[in-house]
Amino acid sequence: MIRSELIQKIADENPHLYQRDVEKIVNTVFDTITEAMAAGHRVELRGFGAFSVKKRDARTGRNPRTGESVDVEEKHVPFFKTGKLLRDRLNDE
Amino acid sequence: MSEKTLTRMDLAEAVHAEVGLSRNDSAELVESVLTHISDALVQNETVKISSFGTFSVREKAARVGRNPKTGEEVPISPRRVLTFRPSHLMKDRIAAGNKG
Repeated sequence: MIRSELIQKIADENPHLYQRDVEKIVNTVFDTITEAMAAGHRVELRGFGAFSVKKRDARTGRNPRTGESVDVEEKHVPFFKTGKLLRDRLNDE
Repeated sequence: MSEKTLTRMDLAEAVHAEVGLSRNDSAELVESVLTHISDALVQNETVKISSFGTFSVREKAARVGRNPKTGEEVPISPRRVLTFRPSHLMKDRIAAGNKG
């Protein structure tokens, strides 16, 4: 399923809404999650999962081709942990 | 980094502010987005949201685990797990937003 198919499914269920509003709704959900994480926040959606930001410490990496050491700066990466309900549903529990 | 946690309510509030639907309708639509994603995943479908990321289901084989407390061996049945792979755009935005 891709974004446009998700929008279509929700539009089909909500014939009283304009297609462009459904697009806006779906985009707002994803944009709000991304913006929250960009601000260092966590987004917890019980039953579905939680989006959080993890810190990766600075390290000395190596160029695998040349073997040369390179300094890799500290960075933050997005992380998703599946919620219990969804995890159970994936395993028919 | 300020430790704030957003919930469904905050997403519904954002939809309410952006689209002008009632808070109730906004909450229902947020739920509907999550339900459709979950249902597709349960059907073993990959969910790919451009510029956000990809949710996919992976099959894990059965293996023998160990109770870390007692050292006892316990069989772990095969299972399906969900993985989320963030898009490059998301990774870049999270890296830039949390810098320094």
